[in-house]
Amino acid sequence: MDATEIGLWGVPLAMLGGAIRVSTPFIFVSLGEAITERSGRINLGLEGTLVFGAMTAYAVAVMTGSPWLGLLAAAAAGLCFGLFHGWICKFRGVNDIAIGIALMLFGSGLAFFFGKPFIQPSAPDLPAIPFGGWSDVPQVQAALSVNVLFLIGAALAVFLWWAFRNTRAGLILRVVGDSSDAARAMGLNPNTVRLLATGLGGALAGIGGAYLSLYYPGSWTEGISSGQGLMAVALVIFARWNPLGCFAAALLFGGAGALGPALQSVGVTQGYYLFYAAPYILTLVIMIATSSPSRSLAGAPGELSITK
Amino acid sequence: MTERFMLSRRLSRRELLKTSAAGAALGLASASFPISRAFAAALTVGFIYVGPKDDYGYNQAHAEGAATLKAIEGVSVVEEENVPETVDVQKSMESMINLDGASLIFPTSFGYFDPHMLAMCAKFPDVQFRHCGGMWNKDKHPMNAGSYFGYIGLGQYLNGVAAGHATKTKKIGFVAAKPIPQVLLNINSFLLGARSVDPTITCQVIFTGEWSLAVKEAEATNALVDQGADVITCHVDSPKVVVETAAGRGAFICGYHANQSPLAPEKYLTGAEWNWAKVYKMFVDDLVAGKPLPNFTRGGLADGFVKMSPLGPAVSEAARAQFDGTLAEMMKGGFSVIKGPLKNNKGDVVATEGQTFVEAAIELESMDYLVEGVVGSTA
Repeated sequence: MDATEIGLWGVPLAMLGGAIRVSTPFIFVSLGEAITERSGRINLGLEGTLVFGAMTAYAVAVMTGSPWLGLLAAAAAGLCFGLFHGWICKFRGVNDIAIGIALMLFGSGLAFFFGKPFIQPSAPDLPAIPFGGWSDVPQVQAALSVNVLFLIGAALAVFLWWAFRNTRAGLILRVVGDSSDAARAMGLNPNTVRLLATGLGGALAGIGGAYLSLYYPGSWTEGISSGQGLMAVALVIFARWNPLGCFAAALLFGGAGALGPALQSVGVTQGYYLFYAAPYILTLVIMIATSSPSRSLAGAPGELSITK
Repeated sequence: MTERFMLSRRLSRRELLKTSAAGAALGLASASFPISRAFAAALTVGFIYVGPKDDYGYNQAHAEGAATLKAIEGVSVVEEENVPETVDVQKSMESMINLDGASLIFPTSFGYFDPHMLAMCAKFPDVQFRHCGGMWNKDKHPMNAGSYFGYIGLGQYLNGVAAGHATKTKKIGFVAAKPIPQVLLNINSFLLGARSVDPTITCQVIFTGEWSLAVKEAEATNALVDQGADVITCHVDSPKVVVETAAGRGAFICGYHANQSPLAPEKYLTGAEWNWAKVYKMFVDDLVAGKPLPNFTRGGLADGFVKMSPLGPAVSEAARAQFDGTLAEMMKGGFSVIKGPLKNNKGDVVATEGQTFVEAAIELESMDYLVEGVVGSTA
């Protein structure tokens, strides 16, 4: 077996590589949404924020030549979208789901409008760290070339998991998410907390978008997202609002998404549409297996409109 | 107070309704007496694209053709991008006809033809519609409809010649969207071109299932390179992601739809490009001259419907010589990519000894097989 022929080993390797490459936007959007939902609001607009973040990052990177400035701009744009959602939703009678859908369409439309001149130019990519140096197989090296954002995402998941339990800010967030009345009794303003939580969630979604346009697949087109932002919102429920669960679910989705192309590349060519549906079938199976008619979802914030 | 406010709001709404009704009436009037008819030279041509018109791919190729029409005196061009292959495209066509006075419309995406364009053909019998890629049939379809396409499989054959010389692993890769006849012909042509250099070469194909799925296209490209393919081409709407990913992994690229060499100048061998400017100018010239437009238009390299990107710096002298020789052969017209004896990749004979399908053979437009040497499946 020479170095270029890896045969069937290509499948697990592609799934590992795919999990690392494809999962990062899922990680950031779902962690952001986990923060927002823990505060008792749901922001469905993160798909629009993701697309707008992708456009902003690419545009700023093209204009300044620095992908890091692009990343910063995407986070700032995401923050604005999140704060806007949080601000509107504080008014009585405003439905956070409806506002989210409106912002999803608005974000995508605005991104298409401003993104027109940036489809053609090439932007500098975010750097990757080669962890595959120990291997002389080029495929392994390619699979283990890990972008810094993935590592930041992993660290952030652990940090949030710890912070939700062990910090004052985490406690405030959870109180507001579980009972507005209790929060008010403690002297907290639920609207302010939710405003900040939604803003932070938006900023993380913007970073997820920056990964799409600045690293993988690494270009700005209007079809860049194929629904990652929406899927990530679903992942949060799937992960039971647990940041570590979000990280694992994102990896699972990334790896399952790589299954279809990898199987075709080793000659399993029949029924690729079924393989492409693998992530969704997997979700359905796990949701059904863990659901129960007699109790509500474990870990669901009490103030969340979808579970109330 | 509130009541008065409501009243005034209702009144103003009524005003608004009145003015918009007047506007609609005006629009109707101009629709029944199109302004363009008043000036003999004025002609408005409508173009509808399924994606952004600067996508380094399918839509850009059409938009470049449309742009050349703008230079013609008396011709104005209206364009709409990102129109889905749904009833939306009917609305786009209607507004181009009613509001812009378009008398010739090019809906450029495959799914626009049936039922959307056909419905508009029946509704506006005075407007001419020409569709890219569809199969117009005089028994089934109206005379103000028509279709045009180019034999770009020839270009993929030439891509294959360049790829056959460049590959060291004897394995080349193809990222394809959907297994429809045009895509299958391109895959087969790419492999057969490469096999004209070395008959042991195989081609691995990965179908993504959609015309534009950036992440999946990148994954497919990575999977092909992981399995040892060292020259990659594609048939998706926007090859930008495939080109950049493949070049990033060190593979050579053959382009498609438009010239992608600026994205990877060192790795780009050549590419099969559309030359729609020629086709669109032909239709417009006919219309201005008052001649009936052809309903079924096809052409290849010799007719100028298709062209090749300039050869890149990585193309060897031997490859250049064979490329130029094959190109010269094709420029005579009537080249056959599919010629017997040839089997499909399931072992069935698709062309017997001595049987040839020239570029214009209508059978090629209903191709449903991958030839021997292609690793992949049509379903």
